[in-house]
Amino acid sequence: MAGPRAFAAAASLSMLFALSPATAQTPPTESIQIGLSTDAISITAGFSGADLTIFGSLENPDPLIARQGRYDVVVVLEGPPRPVVVRRKDRVLGVWINLDSEAFENVPVSYSVATTRPLQDIAEPAKYKQLSLGAQNLYMKPVDETDSPATIEEFTAALRERKTATGLYSENVGGVQFLSQNLFRATVRLAPNVPVGTHKARAFLFKSGMFVKESSAQLEIRKSGFEQSIFRVAHDYSFLYGVFAVSLAMLTGWLGRLIFRKD
Amino acid sequence: MGIYLPIAEISVNVFVLLAMGAAVGFLSGMFGVGGGFLITPLLIFYNIPPAIAVATGANQVIASSFSGALSHFKRGTLDFKLGGVLLAGGIVGSTAGIYVFALLRRLGQLDLFISLLYVALLGTVGGLMLVESVNALRASRSGAAPVLKKSGQHNWIHRLPFKMRFRASKLFVSVIPVLGLGAAIGFLSSIMGVGGGFIMVPALIYLLKVPTNVVIGTSLFQIIFTSAYTTLVHATTNQTVDVILAFLLMAGGVAGAQYGAKAGQRLRGEQLRALLAMLVLAVAIRLAVDLFATPPNLYSLSAAGLN
Repeated sequence: MAGPRAFAAAASLSMLFALSPATAQTPPTESIQIGLSTDAISITAGFSGADLTIFGSLENPDPLIARQGRYDVVVVLEGPPRPVVVRRKDRVLGVWINLDSEAFENVPVSYSVATTRPLQDIAEPAKYKQLSLGAQNLYMKPVDETDSPATIEEFTAALRERKTATGLYSENVGGVQFLSQNLFRATVRLAPNVPVGTHKARAFLFKSGMFVKESSAQLEIRKSGFEQSIFRVAHDYSFLYGVFAVSLAMLTGWLGRLIFRKD
Repeated sequence: MGIYLPIAEISVNVFVLLAMGAAVGFLSGMFGVGGGFLITPLLIFYNIPPAIAVATGANQVIASSFSGALSHFKRGTLDFKLGGVLLAGGIVGSTAGIYVFALLRRLGQLDLFISLLYVALLGTVGGLMLVESVNALRASRSGAAPVLKKSGQHNWIHRLPFKMRFRASKLFVSVIPVLGLGAAIGFLSSIMGVGGGFIMVPALIYLLKVPTNVVIGTSLFQIIFTSAYTTLVHATTNQTVDVILAFLLMAGGVAGAQYGAKAGQRLRGEQLRALLAMLVLAVAIRLAVDLFATPPNLYSLSAAGLN
């Protein structure tokens, strides 16, 4: 089994230029940039999770605010959105049966967050709700919106809890570090069961608790290797795959008799 | 040594699977059963998703029944005509089973249904076998000759219409129960991943009065094709057949079966049946306990729009 591949993501350093005196009167607006060294990552079947490093830079930061550490960055790696059903087991005649369920549209399969500080220290909770930022604030749209708010809330909480428990939703407080006034490095976790597909890396810049700017980049995660080829054949050529499975079984049965025959 | 199963999408230990295949193969060689009814629950206990355990179990059954049917074909103890009619029923039953399987999966009740069916079937078969074998053991210990049932007697099944002659089995019966039996086995094959030999053999002997010498060969013949059909349909509609998993089980199974058959020759019939009955009951109890025990997580997630 191939071990986890090392990921490298290089900085996309934007050209930084010194502040001219003119900007001192009208403060330039800060912005944020992130860069990935590659737009696709291949993981093998034995993948046991890894850290993905994303570099980024602040543009036009105010040196005073930067020195006071009042810039905060939140970096998110968001997996492809998929519909999901959450089911709850209840006891019926002593047997645990899936009874109630709630379907959600377009829930990111994975959601890894890295922040400079704990989210609650960066901005007001309402801000996160508005931005739909953070595993606990991510808006999950129920398919049937006529269900009672209490039910929807219960199942949304369960969905978040399950995703967190399986490592698909994670938060890395302190995972974003400023390397200089402009340059930062974010470390987000890739779970062993990270989904394949197009992931979106997003960086949010906060200044003294206020949201300033967002920047994003796309990352394709693919699986490679022998096992993945089998998976692809099983889905793309399912009939031929079935014929192969049956033939393999017959061949094994026949060979087994040949090798161990007694009659 | 770990191996990643491409369809089940989990890492497992190769030796555990080979040993599991060998153990079940040993038992199936010893008792003359396919072993599908043991493989599927064992895979579920080993955290393989039930949907994949069932489809892969059906695949694994082909290997052992093909190997067995070849021997019976050589000895001429195989009724092709009877097997063919059973198979026709089996295809219908299996198709219905696949449909129900996909429906239950969509409703989120598949795992429960598989467990319930296993508990009910294994519990009943295991219980009946245990009672029968204990009685036989007692009778032989007290020295009384075993009472043979009169074989010439006909029951209601033999009064049904559409009679057909099965020369190799020296049988003249209605096709209705034969088709029905085939369909029932096909249904179980696609939902439980079993070959169904443990139901087919007694049904052929006691209900249809098929001579014992052709029963096993004919049953195996039908099981090959029903499981092959089930495997194909599961592969195309549900994509739940894991060839790597199936191959490891088969490889262990064919080897284990040979030693099991040798060991089986040294034990007496009633003792063998009592052992098998206890094993079947143990699996049923284990599955039943899981149904009643409080699960660690009440909530579960599944992809919507499955199938």
